[in-house]
Amino acid sequence: MSHSGTQVGVQHTTHHEQHDASHGDVKSYLIGFVLSVILTVIPFYMVMEGDYSKATVLWTIVTMAVVQVWVHLKYFLHLNFVTEEGKASSIAFIFSALIIFMVVGLSVWIIYESNAMMMY
Amino acid sequence: MTAVPSSLNPELSHAHGDDHEHHAHPSNNVFGFWLYLMTDCLLFASFFATYAVLYMNTAGGVSGKDIFELDYVGIETAALLLSSITFGFAMISAHAKKQKAVLAWLAVTFVFGAVFIGMEINEFHHLIAEGNGPQRSAFLTSFFSLVGLHGMHVTAGLIWMTTLIIEVARKGLGDKTVTRLSCLSLFWHFLDVVWICVFTVVYLMGAM
Repeated sequence: MSHSGTQVGVQHTTHHEQHDASHGDVKSYLIGFVLSVILTVIPFYMVMEGDYSKATVLWTIVTMAVVQVWVHLKYFLHLNFVTEEGKASSIAFIFSALIIFMVVGLSVWIIYESNAMMMY
Repeated sequence: MTAVPSSLNPELSHAHGDDHEHHAHPSNNVFGFWLYLMTDCLLFASFFATYAVLYMNTAGGVSGKDIFELDYVGIETAALLLSSITFGFAMISAHAKKQKAVLAWLAVTFVFGAVFIGMEINEFHHLIAEGNGPQRSAFLTSFFSLVGLHGMHVTAGLIWMTTLIIEVARKGLGDKTVTRLSCLSLFWHFLDVVWICVFTVVYLMGAM
């Protein structure tokens, strides 16, 4: 029994060390929030006020959205490759992202191509 | 005995009592909930794909450019983003076992969430009143479906939040309650991530 007691003790220490990675603290939430505000204000400003070419605006807002999704995943959802839990969650997300890319990307590709073919 | 991970052996973890339960089961629950959210991602992805395919089919009616008001959407976005960080503070308080702080932050989060949903319902109401309801064109059908699906998720989150506010107020911050809060936290932040895609793909690209 004493051995299993030590095991529990070890788990406690590991749990404590991993606390910040899995739960986050005030600082990480504030960093995430400030980055999100910046990454939201810029695309809104570009579309509402900016006098930029359509391609520039499109690429900027898509890039900002991707970066902001990453910011949310890291600072709010605490995805990481440090803890066992974080690794499992991150891999599950990466797999979903692959499927989403296929569902959305390939659907759009197929439909737009067939639409273009209908024109001739 | 120690060779068997306690998380895989319910009898063992029960023998050790609550202490073990705190480390083994809640993280499994939260991970399981995360896997559910990943399948929910696919639901949203199929709605996004549908919108991307249909958004130009306005059937002679309004297009995104005619109906989207970006300052309005900006305020909705701000409300949701603020609710995300206030929920984060609620979780920090929950892990520190500060019951009153948790209740206060959850109440603030609820208000921001309710502002978001209220504004969305108002937007939908105006569109339908002006004859631009979901039956008007394929564009509007897919718009109402995608934005409405997100809105329904947020509404479900608000109902869930109400039940947890009552639970925290009555029972305090036991391990099970904190696990439930962790799941709702994932759900809430996940919906904010989906909203980033919605405002970028639907509103910003639509208004360009």
